[in-house]
Parts: sequence; C-alpha cells; structure tokens
Amino acid sequence: MDWQVVIANFPLLMSGLAKSVQLTLVSIVFSLPLGCLIAIGRLSHRRWLRGACTAFVNVLRSNPLILILFWFYFLVPLITGRNVNDLTSIIVAFIVFFAAYFTEIVRSGIQSVGAKQIQAGLSSGLTYTQTMRHIILPQAIRAMLPALITQCIVVFQGTTVVYIIGYSELLHTAVSIAERTVRPVELYVTVAAIYFVVCYGFSRVARYFEKEAV
Amino acid sequence: MRYEFDWGLLWREPYFGWIVEGILTTFHLALLAWVLALFLGILIGVLRVTNSRLLRAIGATYVEIFRNIPLIVQLFLWLYVVPQMLPRDFSFWWNRLDHVPYWTAMIGISFYTSARLAEQIRSAVRAIPPGQFKAGLSTGLTQVQVYRYVIVPYALRIIIPALTSEFLTVFKNTALALTIGVIEITATTRRIEAWSFRGIEAYTVASLTYIATAIMVVLFMSWLERRYQIPGLIKRDESRL
Repeated sequence: MDWQVVIANFPLLMSGLAKSVQLTLVSIVFSLPLGCLIAIGRLSHRRWLRGACTAFVNVLRSNPLILILFWFYFLVPLITGRNVNDLTSIIVAFIVFFAAYFTEIVRSGIQSVGAKQIQAGLSSGLTYTQTMRHIILPQAIRAMLPALITQCIVVFQGTTVVYIIGYSELLHTAVSIAERTVRPVELYVTVAAIYFVVCYGFSRVARYFEKEAV
Repeated sequence: MRYEFDWGLLWREPYFGWIVEGILTTFHLALLAWVLALFLGILIGVLRVTNSRLLRAIGATYVEIFRNIPLIVQLFLWLYVVPQMLPRDFSFWWNRLDHVPYWTAMIGISFYTSARLAEQIRSAVRAIPPGQFKAGLSTGLTQVQVYRYVIVPYALRIIIPALTSEFLTVFKNTALALTIGVIEITATTRRIEAWSFRGIEAYTVASLTYIATAIMVVLFMSWLERRYQIPGLIKRDESRL
C-alpha cells in the first residue's frame, strides 16, 4: 500500500469530482423542468399527448443509461449535421434520460395531491395552468422532495457512466491516475470512499425531509 | 439528416452471431445475478428487522455501503481490489478461471442489487401488521419459524411490484458490465457500430431487447401478482399503471 499516490493526486481527483458535480447539476437543472412538463402531459386528458408522454417515459426507463448515451453520442452529430464536442452529447443524453425518471416522481407527486384540488382550483376561476402553478405544484413538490433528492443521488452516481466515453469526471480521472501510477487498489478505494461520502451525506438529507413530510 | 439504412446488416455474419451471443450473455448474467441478489437481499433484509441491535447495525452498514457507491466503481473494486485482499492461493485460482470479468460482474451486480432488495424487503416486512408476528409466536412457533412460515410468504406477496422494477434494474445494470470487459448486448452493438458505422441499426437491436424484456417481465409479474394474491391484502393502485 502506498497512499502517497492518493495524497499527491488529490487535487486532480477533486477537480474530477467538480466535473461530476457540474454534470449532475446541469442534468438536474434541465431535466427536472422537462420532467415536470412531461408529467403534466402524462396526466393530460388529450389522449395523443398522454400516449406520447407515456411512450417516452417507458422507452427511456426500460433502457440502460449507457445505451442511451451511445445513442445520443451517435445521433447528435448526425442530426445537427456537424461535429459537436463529447460533452454536448453527454449532457443531452443525461437530460433526456433523467427527465423520464423525474416525470414519474413528479407525476406521482401530483397524483398524491388529488383531483379534487384541481376541480376546486378550476371552479374558483383559475385557468388550468394557474391551478397547476399556484395550487398543485407547490404541494406536490413538498410531497415528492425526498424522492427528488434520492433521484439526484442517482444522477450523481450515473455520471460514472460517462467514464466510458472518456470525459474526465471523477472516475475517469481516477482510472487514468491508476494506470499511470500502477496503483489501482489505492485509487479505487479512494474513489469509492469519495462517492460514498457524497451519496451518504445527501441520502441523510433525503431522510430528513422524509421525516419532515410525515 | 443524411443516413442510409441497412437493416439487412443485422442478419449477416459476423454481426448476427454476435447479436445472439450478446443477448444470451445479457440474459444469463442478469438471471444469475438476480438469483444471488435475491438470496443475499432476503438475508440482509431479515437482519434489518430482527430484535438484535448488532444484527440490525450489520444489515444497515451493508445496505449503506452497497447503495452509496456507484455500481461501476463497485465493479472496479471487485475486479482490481478484492482479489488483492484475498489469500494468495485463492487469488491465483480466481485469476486462472475463464471469464473472470463475467463472474466479477455477476458478483458485483448481485451485491449491489441485494442492498436495494434488502430495503424493499425491510419496508415490506414493516407493512405487515405486528399482530401477525405475535400471533405466530403465541401459537408456539419459534422466531425463525414465524419468519419462515408467516412473515416471509406474506412479505413476498407485498413486494412483487418492487421486485418487478428491481429485476428490470438488474437487467439494465448488466450493461455496465461492459466497463470491465463483458461483451453483453450493449457492448456487442457498440462493437457493431465501430465495425460498420451503422449505429442506428445496431443500437435499435439493443434497445428492442431491453424494451421487449421489460414488457414481458411486467406482464408476467402482474400475472404472478394476481395468481398468488391474498384476497383483501393488497389493494392494487390502479391509477399508477
């Protein structure tokens, strides 16, 4: 064992962690609103809209993230017609993929508020959008907060997948240091510990909100 | 978007053979990992609801460790770190086995899944009214017997929907085995794309495999749920489907 390697490369690992966190935040910031829109679509009374949104969610949820990443890695340059950098494809894939999961959380949150509140909102003269915006969503968001935080941890853990494409987030950084220094044991143990600390910390936060909600 | 499709490619060798092999690998990897995960998950889940504080702490530590480290990192730990920790003779024997990445992936995926299953089992056991447990004990069953004949059969029925989604998660997680060199269906289609530049055709095969399996599993599990349901025990939440 030679932990000197880890200490010497710790700043590098931390910059990898920063990239993982950035990717996580960008994915969440875009996929959560997208998920909200699709969730409202799934609950719409227009059958075609409901069908399209349901199909979107089910197709994405039955595929592994890594395959979705390959899809977008191949498709994004083809659709846009020019070479885009790796990060763009990765971000698009993450937003689309996790939007499907956020949709399901938001939908069950909205359903937990109940249809009567929608009727009450509509009959007091609010439009459907206003009812959603001022009555349903504020309550639903409170109900789904623990699940949302847990899902954010899942997104963070999911960022390890982009290692395969070669984007230098935490895991990829660790792998390249391990290959350079031939010290895989120390580095993988360290990386596992870093992921554990971050994920465990946030799961405590989720637990706190779960108790608050009850 | 300019792209010429060539679906016939998928039926030509060597691609067709690769696809069959990839699908089979995905399936038996998922099933083997699932069986082991179920066994471990039930064990840990039961530990988490016993009366012994020590056993509960062991169960909780296990769950937190395996849940909070990403699966790919766990696979790396199993592949590179664990063999170094084991006795020399054992790690020699292990490294000489055929398909070491495959067995590593199987072990890694099942430990990861078992922690998630343990949580599902714990909440299922909690959903059982405590009166059932007391009734079991007072009819003269031992604690182990109460679990074996009352609690577990009861809990298994409650967690069928959760088991369905966990199985599909295992199935999808087998794709991550490609990071340690297992050529399952996602890795196969990646390879076809690299050889032929036909990404859309190749990835369609993989996606359809996952989607078709998801549909079949969901149909089978909802049949199972109806077949073994205890009348009045579970109110199916129709609005969720």
